[in-house]
Amino acid sequence: MTRFFKTTLAAAAAAAVTLLASGAALADITIGVSLPLTGPGSGLGIPMSHGVKMWPATVGGEKIRLVILDDATDPTKGVQNARRFINEDKVDLIVGSGVTPVAIAIADVAAEARTVQLATSPIGLPPGKDAWTFRMPQSNGVMANAMVAHMQKNGVKTVGFLGYTDAYGEQWLQALTPLLDKAGIKMVGAERFARADTSVTAQALKLTAANPDAMIVVASGSGAAMPQLGLVERGYKGKVYQTHAAATRDLMRVGGKATEGTFVTAGPVVVAEQLPDNHPSKALGMKFNAAYEQIHGAGTRNQFAAHSYDAYLMLEQVVPLALKKGKPGTPEFRAALKDALESTPALAVTHGVLDFSPTDHWGFRADTGVVMKVVDANWKLEPR
Amino acid sequence: MDFNIAAILGLDGLTSGAIYALVAIALVLVFAVTRIVFIPQGEFVAFGALTMALFQTGKVPGTVWLLLLMAALAAGLDIVQSVRERWPAARTTKHLLRTLALPLVASMATLLLAPAQPPLLVQALLTLMLVTPMGPLVYRLAYRSLADSSVLVLLIVSVGVHFALTGLGLLFFGAEGFRNPPFWDARFTLGPLGFTGQTLIIFAASVALIVALFVYFDRTLSGKALRATSVNRTGARLMGISTDGAGSLSFTMAAFIGTLSGLLIGPSTTVYYDSGFLIGLKGFVAAVFAGLTSFPLALVGAVGVGLIESFGSFYASAFKEVIVFTAILPVLLWRSFVDKHHEEH
Repeated sequence: MTRFFKTTLAAAAAAAVTLLASGAALADITIGVSLPLTGPGSGLGIPMSHGVKMWPATVGGEKIRLVILDDATDPTKGVQNARRFINEDKVDLIVGSGVTPVAIAIADVAAEARTVQLATSPIGLPPGKDAWTFRMPQSNGVMANAMVAHMQKNGVKTVGFLGYTDAYGEQWLQALTPLLDKAGIKMVGAERFARADTSVTAQALKLTAANPDAMIVVASGSGAAMPQLGLVERGYKGKVYQTHAAATRDLMRVGGKATEGTFVTAGPVVVAEQLPDNHPSKALGMKFNAAYEQIHGAGTRNQFAAHSYDAYLMLEQVVPLALKKGKPGTPEFRAALKDALESTPALAVTHGVLDFSPTDHWGFRADTGVVMKVVDANWKLEPR
Repeated sequence: MDFNIAAILGLDGLTSGAIYALVAIALVLVFAVTRIVFIPQGEFVAFGALTMALFQTGKVPGTVWLLLLMAALAAGLDIVQSVRERWPAARTTKHLLRTLALPLVASMATLLLAPAQPPLLVQALLTLMLVTPMGPLVYRLAYRSLADSSVLVLLIVSVGVHFALTGLGLLFFGAEGFRNPPFWDARFTLGPLGFTGQTLIIFAASVALIVALFVYFDRTLSGKALRATSVNRTGARLMGISTDGAGSLSFTMAAFIGTLSGLLIGPSTTVYYDSGFLIGLKGFVAAVFAGLTSFPLALVGAVGVGLIESFGSFYASAFKEVIVFTAILPVLLWRSFVDKHHEEH
């Protein structure tokens, strides 16, 4: 009896496994999403996952099966997630990660498995390494461009740099240096700090001693307020520039009055209402902001959710093309997705106009970034 | 560098050092009594600052639910133990009361008062009442049944508790940081130095706490009992000192000190759910300087760490953490020569 029971159970289990496996294979378009929902990057990953949750259920008439995993801001975990997506979930596409170091680690796995990765962070990869990787955000260079142009227009001659000790700070420094040189702006000092630091007094002391026309603070979310408060504390009265990772209300919430008048670079979506009417992202951005703030409350709009939402807008464009060449779940479909991404004409998304080509997997034009000013604890678009 | 800059950096280093000193003292206290390297000490700092921050927004902090959950689990353990050991009803009731009373009172008070946005000091008091009871509860849930294990086992448990508390912190407080309003908004200038009221409060509170601890350990019976436990557990037990009680008490004090440090640094920096770890680690460097045994040396170590950090940031801000944590190497070398080696059994 027990033996009979065991055999039946085993058979049933085997049948269930087969069913499940075939179910996965039959499920329409499978997308693996790896985001930093915990760990130091969670301030970016959580809104990005909100953006993914706003995706419609279908794309190009096919049902989407989403597998969302947390990579804990840890490259090792990100690679594990990516391998799981490929070996177990048989995904057609990987989205993520939301922080640079993890996304770089995933890019290797994606390239090896010949699966498209839509990175939601601006990752720099050596030439040839990014064959299967497409970035949804603007590069730091695009943003630095907007920042330096604004400085030039406002007569800034000298700047100080106060940035994170991590890859984000370093990439900004690398993006800024040539642009500043070209614009004839002198960098008088580059100091570093970490998000969890309890004080930036020493760095602020050194930078304010040089008294530059403007300070550039490179930090993310609520972490961007502390260094600025530190500068103000030491009596700095010049202009302060913040980067797009700081373009959330957390900057004003934590920084309070000291952040009034700060200039912040951002993607156009954050100030969609204030864009000129002929801006390609105006309508899309307003629609996205309205939908997002309806779910999460007024003023919660941000760069990051829009990046993962833009991934859907892109898919809407390329999936129908790829479906003509192969069935989801096959290598042909995955290759067709890559070809479609590279060949599709320029597409307006909430963050500007994306135009990938076989040689350019960044997509955004150099003039995509905007500069906003904090006025009465709100964003105001600065004229170009 | 001129004298002015050095003075400002020195003040900055002393301020951070005062906070690290509080953390280091709590670490030494817990280690001396229970032999636990209490890595999650920093979490109490973060919990204190963030609970206060949520009071500021008029919300009921998630700490309430965490506290109630922990109290309920501990009460469950009490009941299991009472059934297994056939305690009389009176003893069971007494134990349950001891476990549940403070958490319940603190939660009720919070639920009633939080939406009304009470004055700053009341918020601080509620924060202390909410986070402090977590100390003994953490001890009860994670460590008590393992109290006689080796230091290594206890350390591994600490790592686990640290991850659990950080994860719960993210759940209850969210990923973004908070900054609290200062308790005292005044500003003073003394030559090149600008003091804020908050700086003075930090110094005053640290000194007061250190003096209070000194008096407690030197002059009171329960303080002496704690010291006896730290010298020899078995001996203390033979003298009628409850080692469980001593462990529980030391955790209560550690949690109280941690929460207080959180309240103190909340206004001068942005605190995140995971900020506690780095603060705890720097406190640990200071505690190691004291060989995890001496309070005055821990104080010296903490001030040293604060100053190294401050001057390190000025000269080479990109390598600040490297400088601070490398400083532990010569200290370890020195300690390994000074201390007698004894294998643990």
